Amino acid sequence: MTDTLIDWLFGPFVEFGFMRRALVGCLALSLSAPPVGVFLMLRRMSLMSDAMSHAVLPGAAVGFLVAGLSLPAMTLGGLAAGLAVALLAGAVTRSTIIKEDASLAAFYLISLAAGVVLISLRGSQIDLLHILFGTVLALDDPALLLLGGIATITLFGLAALYRPLVMECVDPLFLRTVSRAGGPVHYAFLGLVVLNLVGGFQALGTLLAVGLMLLPAITARFWATDLGGMIPVSVVCAMTASIAGLTLSYRADLPTGPAIVLAAGTLYVVSLLVGPRGGLVRRLVRPRHLEG
Amino acid sequence: MSPPTGAIALHGLTLGYDRHPAVHHLDGTIQPGALLALVGPNGAGKSTLLKGIVGEVPCLDGRIERSGHVDAIAYLPQSAEIDRGFPIRVLDLVAMGLWHRIGAWRRAAPYRDRLVEALSAVGLVGFEDRPIGTLSGGQFQRALFARLIVQDARIILLDEPFTGVDGRTSTDLLRLIGAWHGQGRTIVAALHDLAQVRAHFPQTLLLAREPVAWGPTDRVLTTGNLARAQTLSEAWDEDAAICGRPAGGAGDAHPPGHSHPQTHAHTHDHGPARDHAHRNAP
Repeated sequence: MTDTLIDWLFGPFVEFGFMRRALVGCLALSLSAPPVGVFLMLRRMSLMSDAMSHAVLPGAAVGFLVAGLSLPAMTLGGLAAGLAVALLAGAVTRSTIIKEDASLAAFYLISLAAGVVLISLRGSQIDLLHILFGTVLALDDPALLLLGGIATITLFGLAALYRPLVMECVDPLFLRTVSRAGGPVHYAFLGLVVLNLVGGFQALGTLLAVGLMLLPAITARFWATDLGGMIPVSVVCAMTASIAGLTLSYRADLPTGPAIVLAAGTLYVVSLLVGPRGGLVRRLVRPRHLEG
Repeated sequence: MSPPTGAIALHGLTLGYDRHPAVHHLDGTIQPGALLALVGPNGAGKSTLLKGIVGEVPCLDGRIERSGHVDAIAYLPQSAEIDRGFPIRVLDLVAMGLWHRIGAWRRAAPYRDRLVEALSAVGLVGFEDRPIGTLSGGQFQRALFARLIVQDARIILLDEPFTGVDGRTSTDLLRLIGAWHGQGRTIVAALHDLAQVRAHFPQTLLLAREPVAWGPTDRVLTTGNLARAQTLSEAWDEDAAICGRPAGGAGDAHPPGHSHPQTHAHTHDHGPARDHAHRNAP
């Protein structure tokens, strides 16, 4: 019985190289994106990351126009566009009356439309679908190296930024009075966000790139009280979703990127219901209060 | 000439927003070891002055001289600016005060005893692992005072530290401020409760955008001075003309500790030109 289950779950990975590659890529992404997502969520920047992920598209599209479906070109283009929009949106917010959410919404709508038009100039419908929804089953060596590299940079980067980043989130004014690190830390963090969006773009496509970043992070909120707990929980969630989504997409012949994000979504809904920290069931059937 | 350690010298200081001064031509020196209350109506510029001293608000005119390193100053803002929903523990919040010792990368673990000691000094024994979101307003303010203890700064600036805090907590925190004073630290606190100021703060700066009076508390907090502060602070002119007073430190600074006596402000309140606090008559 257990043999059958294990075979059902892991058979595809044993059998096919492309499934193993997809798994490695997704696990690398699961290691780096959710911790970044935890900080995004806690800074109330969840929607901002979504907007930035769409902003990656025109940059990648320009890379595509120049070099076809080439990974380095599309990655560099995506990185440049993502960083540009993050900085521009910040600049618009500081220098005009537009608030940050509105300026990001404007930028991302323009970016998404421009990106789709740019790709349609040269590519086919298939190319467009690949770019919008990712090509996790076609990860080649450079793509895997890219995802591994992003995971490495992200984890070391977060470790180096951790303390000032937490201070920036909790009490930015205090950080400003004791150090000038606040601004650089904020931009370094935005850099990590864009890096992971580009990674997510490889695997899950531009529309779902934030899926593995935000859903596991939000899910972790229902299981852990402090930051030190939320980050590992979010990583475990993302890895579980990756394995489940890949298997499911193979067994049920579903598109892979959406299957992974749906698996993460299922974990979120389940946690929303039964999570020990503020889950709905806990709210409905409350144990009697304590004496003191 | 740099002022002695722990002192803050203000020279013709004007701070404000969008060219409108919120603190106007303030001259004087906060002496090392002073325990100074900053008093004035709402909008008098108390918070702005504190923010100016820590560098949060740029000087429109004049300058501030502080001696020593940046870590010489600890600043407690009005606590509304802190995200209390962020999932960290009380001990982590207090440990932020270690920044000058451990920076971004060194371990905080060797300082754990010091952190626990600071928590017990503010009466929060056993709260180390509680999430900051579960603290009451008073407990949170105590935790912020613990962070100030850990910062161990020569100069401590407190912006309305007792707002929304019950009597017991204020008493405990005032005792702590007294202890800091005893250690020779310079303390400046923006306050509203005049009885508290009279009981615990030997010196007072009464501010109403213009400095109204600065000196020993009993001589500053007179009915006349307070009434004048009220009048001055209500006179906000949207279309104010460009200020014609000479820039930077031209005044007859009078601050406590100078040989120049500063006693006549409490006896008569004529126009601003007569008060002892600053500059020559226009």
